[in-house]
This record gives sequence, structure tokens and C-alpha cells, in this order.
Amino acid sequence: MDGMDEIVREFVVESYENLDQLDRDLVALEDKPGSRDLLSSVFRTIHTIKGTSGFLAFGTLESLTHVGENLLAELRDGKRPMTQRTTDVLLRMVDAVREVLGTIEATGAEGDHQVEDVVADIQAVLDDPTGGAADAAPAIESATASSETEAEEGPAATAEDEAVSETPQVVAATKKPATRKITAKKPAAKKPATAKSAAKKPTAAKKIAMPVRNEDAEDAPAIAAAPMPSATLSAPVEPEEVEDAPSTVRSATESSIRVDVEVLDALMRHVGELVLARNAMTRLAGDLGDASLVRASQRLSLIATELQQGVMKTRMQPIEHVWSKVPRMVRDISTSLGRHVRLEMIGQDTELDRGLLEAIKDPLTHLIRNAIDHGIEAPKVRESVGKSPTGLLTLRAYHQGGQVVVEISDDGKGIDAQAVAAKAVERGLRTPAQVADMSTQDLLHLVFLPGFSTADHVTNVSGRGVGMDVVKTKVEAIGGVVDVQSTQGLGTTWRLRIPLTLAIMPALTVECHGETYAIPQVNLLELLAVDDKQTGVEYVGEAPVYRLRGQLLPLVDLRDVLGSPTRESLVSAVIAVVQADGGRFGIVVDQVRNTEEIVAKPIAAAVKNIGLYAGATLLGDGSVALILDIPAVARRALDTDLQEAVASSQVEHVTSSDTEPMLVVGVGDGRQVAMPLGAVTRLERLSVSIIEQVAGSAVMQYRGRITPVVDLARLLGDGGTDREELAVVVCTRGERTVALVANEVVDIVECAVSDFSDVSGYGLLGSTVIKERVTELLDLRAAVTSADANFYDAEDAELVGAGSEF
Amino acid sequence: MQHQLATFKLDNRLYGVDVERVQEALRLHNRTRVPQSPKEVAGLVNLRGQVVLLVDLRARLGREPYADDDEPMMVVVKVDGEPVSLLVDQVGDVLELDADQFGPPPPTLEPALRDVVRGVYSLEDGLLLSLDVDLAAQV
Repeated sequence: MDGMDEIVREFVVESYENLDQLDRDLVALEDKPGSRDLLSSVFRTIHTIKGTSGFLAFGTLESLTHVGENLLAELRDGKRPMTQRTTDVLLRMVDAVREVLGTIEATGAEGDHQVEDVVADIQAVLDDPTGGAADAAPAIESATASSETEAEEGPAATAEDEAVSETPQVVAATKKPATRKITAKKPAAKKPATAKSAAKKPTAAKKIAMPVRNEDAEDAPAIAAAPMPSATLSAPVEPEEVEDAPSTVRSATESSIRVDVEVLDALMRHVGELVLARNAMTRLAGDLGDASLVRASQRLSLIATELQQGVMKTRMQPIEHVWSKVPRMVRDISTSLGRHVRLEMIGQDTELDRGLLEAIKDPLTHLIRNAIDHGIEAPKVRESVGKSPTGLLTLRAYHQGGQVVVEISDDGKGIDAQAVAAKAVERGLRTPAQVADMSTQDLLHLVFLPGFSTADHVTNVSGRGVGMDVVKTKVEAIGGVVDVQSTQGLGTTWRLRIPLTLAIMPALTVECHGETYAIPQVNLLELLAVDDKQTGVEYVGEAPVYRLRGQLLPLVDLRDVLGSPTRESLVSAVIAVVQADGGRFGIVVDQVRNTEEIVAKPIAAAVKNIGLYAGATLLGDGSVALILDIPAVARRALDTDLQEAVASSQVEHVTSSDTEPMLVVGVGDGRQVAMPLGAVTRLERLSVSIIEQVAGSAVMQYRGRITPVVDLARLLGDGGTDREELAVVVCTRGERTVALVANEVVDIVECAVSDFSDVSGYGLLGSTVIKERVTELLDLRAAVTSADANFYDAEDAELVGAGSEF
Repeated sequence: MQHQLATFKLDNRLYGVDVERVQEALRLHNRTRVPQSPKEVAGLVNLRGQVVLLVDLRARLGREPYADDDEPMMVVVKVDGEPVSLLVDQVGDVLELDADQFGPPPPTLEPALRDVVRGVYSLEDGLLLSLDVDLAAQV
């Protein structure tokens, strides 16, 4: 774009923004066909592009937008209804405009795009005798003629439409020199085109009330003079009135400026340095213990933090920037695949660094395509399984723990874990023995393997063999992680967790053999301390694993990874539970030092190539610490042997081992009841008001489904649970869910079923002493079937997500 | 033609690099070792806020490794505009040398040295091996 005229560059940038808005508006229009606001907005956008391309002498663009404008004028004036066909041709026009803009951006000239087809199509819609076609005809002919004549006749035609008592020729004559003058004077201002449209099209201005800058108004007395006396349209050029104009959808340009991203990048780098200097200062002040120095450093620290937040904010953009293209994309994809899809977007204003925004564009696109193609079923299929024919695609973005979480959920058929397993075997990615031992969740993660694609048929939407592994690679490249959850028949959720910004990231500093390393917070799930008895540590062959809430967690000793002297005992070591490559594992470190904000510094290729380090950072004492590349560590350390060993021991262990984790809940008046944790899908704290009575049974709405509720206190003959806030134990099997209500969750303990004595009552299997309290073992089967007699008949006998989410 | 070389000692031999490529010479401070790295990587150091690679020239030139109580020094050179720190035994003077003192590397030179030594200057009290900075700093 270097050689390009500043005006043209400005035009291209602005037009792209406008087109994004246009896409959104057009798709929204299908839902609200009569919306004048939307129509006016669309009309304005096209009009602006047409106007600007007119005096930049982009004839193709102008002729294209001109016919579109005519069609839109009729729509706006209610002369024709909004139809699918209308939307189609308008969207095609937008595409064509984009194409031409792309050429302009690349070469500075229009090139020779063939737009006659699109123009003819729009013309055909216009000629469709549904009203108003005759009026518009002359205007379109002028569009294909030279731009000079068009400029005079275009507004004339519309002026007639609006039946303004004014001679069109007069308007055209007065306005032309004026607008040219403005543009020449203020090339970079955002508004010249709009100002022109205000003058050129007095009828539109009457309704729309264009925002005009002060300086524009001063420069353009001619504009004010031209339309005012003839049609008493004073509004467009009066700034105060513009402020109040209700239909000004996009204004706010007055209070913002465009800044080159490089300037922000440089600023961010400097702030990064400042943060490190601040860290050093804080440490120094702490060491010296001088009170006034500590005060000064605290102040410095405060200011540095604020500055950092401020600079980060300048780089933050709402995710809407990427999402704005989604409605159009969803519409196109679902139309081409014959799916009915309703799109819901939640959290559009969630902000993240613009660099990251750019980076998640492709993965997001891929996941959305995938959700519609492979997730949401055809309308007939959906109806046959009792779903609404229209599928629901939900995009959700939110901040969580210093990260941005982006979820793409569909309510489609879900992922068949067994099909995934079969495919993985067929592709030679895993052996049948390997997949036989894997949990459902692990099976789902196989889709992230390179060379995996579940599509039976290659469609033009997705399924070209470049699939989720690309998504994963791209997300990991920006320090993020991607995860998938799916319930067959109910839908799939893809979850991206990405850092807020790349430049400065929160990290955990850990120590290993005297050296300090940083683990990015985005990878970190939790920390576990190994006690004297090494509770929870087990061995699969030689390899240590940790039993974490009933699941075996492979352990990787950082000392082994880094080639340090082998650790003699795990006692007093710390396990950092991290997530990478879709799976989780524990990294054993000597000790945890701190969590701090670190700035990733580039490192020499010789160090990067080792494949263990993502970069380096400077600590408060000025020393260099290496940042661990967690996915790389996982790949290197967790060879398949270990994973296999863990996977195969998983089943065997749970059944053969004497103890199993038990969830202990408080019930009624001081009673404690235990149940196997493995049978519990989820724990929630919910208000008592969520429970409703339907036909004598207690139910609650849980995750959009009506779920039967078992009050454990009542079941065990202890009255009813009488609390404001309840502990809800959710058990899910296949598509069936039952909620057990108790007072509170007491603990999760390891204990053996054989420990329970036979002393029991109704609904109980026995009792034992846990934490010096008599605890009864709940007959979970009886409890669940009391609410849902068919619970255990569910075809998919697999416990969905057991123990994986708390 | 005069030539200026920054000299340093390594395993009792005198080496020199083009003085224009040298940014500074420093005492070694607070290096961070990089586990699992090639032996030529002596670690990373913080050079005024920049993380700089430390190259163990002894390893690079196939000499005996440093003992624990050695106190090597750093010669920071520019490679492709980026600083790289070379670990040396002792930093010497900057010498002005004439072209007529210069000769090709002797054929008896060890293979590890032959790649990175551009030539030899004959001094009154011995030889000065002139190193190709780009190759020497390459790991």
C-alpha cells in the first residue's frame, strides 16, 4: 500500500469497515425485514462507497454500488419487500465490491473486474414487477454510462422518488463543485464522502442526518447553501443537531484517532521493559528495607501497572471485530449445506489484543464451518430425533483468570467417540489396543492429531484432511490451548483459551535444581504439594502417576526433562498440573517461587531449537529465566509408552484397587453420606429456588433440560433439605441426568468400599468412619432410580465426563 | 595496511577478532544455564535488558572445558546486528597489525580450529590466531 495515494488508502480501509457492517446488517435484515434503521444503515454504507468511488474515478465500483443503491432505495422506501433473492444479490454485490477493493488495495487501481453479471442480477431483481421498478430504470442506465452523467441523474431520480418539490438539476449543479472541494482539502477526514452524500442526496439526508465534522462544515458553506433554501434541510450540516441524531449508527469518530499499530507495538515493548525494571526495583527495595525507598517503589509499581494496563487497553479490540463476519459466513455455509442455523453470539465486547484477534480468525472460521458441516444435522434428521429443525450455534467469549475463553457450541449430533477411535485406527494413528483403553475424553482429543478428519465425504466446506490439528497448532502458536467436549446427540463445544496479550503474561516461576523457570499461566491448572506419605502418588511400571480426583495424572519430572540429577524422593516436591495438547499432566518441580508478570524476550535460535523453551524473561533480580514451552515438554516427555501405560492401567486400577475416591456430602441434620466420585458428573452450588414441583415430583432446570431432583435428606428419611443454597450432585448417563440435593460438600476422600460395615438403612449400603464422623455409603443406584427409573437403561452406558469437570 | 584486532586468551593461546565487531568486554555475571543445550551454549545473560546468548568458545574451538573455579570473561560481538557473548579466559589488548605479519593458517592446525581461523599473525612473542567472528559465534 506504500505507493498508494493517501485518499485511496483511507477509502479502502473505511470501505472494508463499512462492508463488515453491511454484511451484518443484511443478514440481520432477513430476520427483521421491515427495519428502517437497518435499511437506512445499509443504504448509507453503499451510498458512501458509491460517492467516494465516484470522485476517485473507480468506475466499476461506482456502477456496481449504483444499482445496489437503487435497489436499496426502493427497499428503504417500502416499495418492495425484503426477500431471500434480494438479500442474495445484495450480498453478491458486497462480495464483488470487496473483490474490487482488494485489487485497489493491492495495485491502487481497479483492474478489470467483470461485474456485469452482478449488475445484471440486481437489475433483474429491480425489474421484477413488485413495484417501483419503473422509477428506478433510468437511474440504472445512467450507472452504466459515464460517471459524470450518472452523478447528475442519480440524485435526480431519487429526488423524484421522494417527491421533493425542487428542481433536481439545481441540486446537482450546486453540489458538485462543493464536494470536490471538500475532498481535496480534507483527504484523511472520515466524513467527506458522507458530507458529499448529504449534499448530493438531500432526500436521504432528511431522514438520516449525516454526522458532519465541524471543520467540514466550515469548509463547505456551499453544501449548506445548496440544499437548504430549496428543501429546508438544515439538519445535515449543523454539528449540534448531528450529536443528537438518533439514527447515526456509526459516529464516535470525533473522539477517536487512528494510530499506526507499530507505534503501539513500540510502546508496548517499552512498557514491558518498564515492568521488568519495576520488578527489579521492587525486589531491591524489599532487600534494602529502607522505608522511603519501599514507598517510592510502591508508587512506581502502581504507576507502572496502570501504564501497562493503559497501553494494553489501546491494543485491545472487542472480539466483535472477528465475529462481525460470522453471521454472513454462517448464512452462506448453512445455505450451501441445506442446514437451518440460528446464530447466537454472547460476549461480543470481550476484548483481547489485536494481534491475537488476528491469529484466532482462522481457527474460529474453521471451527464454525466444522460445527455447521459436521455438528448440526440436516433439518429432517433433526426433526426425526425430536429436535427443532433449526440448529443453534453459539459463540461465547468471556474473560476468565487473565485469559480469554472463546467457545463455539452447537446443539448438533455431537462427536461419536467410537467413530473417532475407529478412524484413528484406520488412519494408523493409534492401535486398536490403544484406543480400547482410552477414556471418551481422550478419544475426542484424537481429532487434534495431524492427518485426522472425520468427514466421510469431502465437502467444499470442511473435511479436507487439514483439520483440527491446524486449529490446534495455530492456537498453540499464540500460547493458547484448545479443548473439546461433546455429548453424543446433544452437541459439541470447542473451547479456546488464549492469553490476553502476548507481550506481557502472567506466569508461575518454579525452581528446579537451583535454576528458575517460568510456566505460562495459560497452561497452568492447579498446584499440588506432595506430602510426607506421598499420598496420591502411584507407579505404573517405573513411571510415577498421581491420582487426582479419581483420574490418573501422568507425572513428568522437570529434572528428568532438563537432564538434572535425578530426584531421590517426591516428598516435598510440587506438582504443577498443566494442560497441553488437549491432555493434562503434572510437572514435578522442586518448589514454587512466585507468580509474576513476565515479558517474553526473544532467544537465540540455538536455544529455541532445543524445543523445550518458548523464550526467556528477566526476573526481578536481573537474572534470566527460561520460559518452558509446555506443549513441547509434553510431547518430549510423555512418550506414548507412558501414556499407554497410564491409559491401560486406568480401567484396571479403578476396579482392582482397594480404595476409590468418595464424595462426602452433608445431609439433613448432621449426617454424612458418601458416594463413589466416579459416578458423579458435576458438582454445583445452586439456590434452593431452582427446584420446582411438577406433578408431585421435584425437578429443576439444569443446562436447559428438566432434570429430576432427589432430595437425599428426604430419601434417607430425614425430613427435607432446608437451606437457601444447596450442594447439587449431578449424575449423567447418556442423555439422562439426575440431580441429588444435599446441604454441602464435605470432602473427597480415598476409602475402600470394604471399609463400610453392614450397618445400614434404606437407601444405604453400609457405614464407616471418615474424618472421625460416621459416614454412610449411599446406595447411589437406588437413589438415582427413585427419581428416574430408566436411568440405568440408557443405551450409552458410558458415564459422560465422569470426574472430569468440577 | 593496518588492521586492528581485539585479542583474548583461550587455553594459553592468543586469539583476535576484528575490533569493529566487538561491542564490549565484560566480566561474566549471573549467567543462566540452558539445560539440554549443545555444549557450545554456555547459557544466557542479561545485557542491559537484552537476553544474550553466551557461546563457550572453548567448546566451540574444541579446547578443554572450564573448571568450576575458572573466572572467564565475556567478549560481546555483533552478529547480524544482534549481540552474542563469547566466553573467553582473559581479555587482552587491541593490537594494530600490519598485513605483512599475516599468513594463512598452518596446515597443522586442529580440525576444530581450521574452520574458524582466518589466518595467523606472527608476533614477537608468538602467534595470534585471527578468528572469523560469524563462524565462531555460530552454534
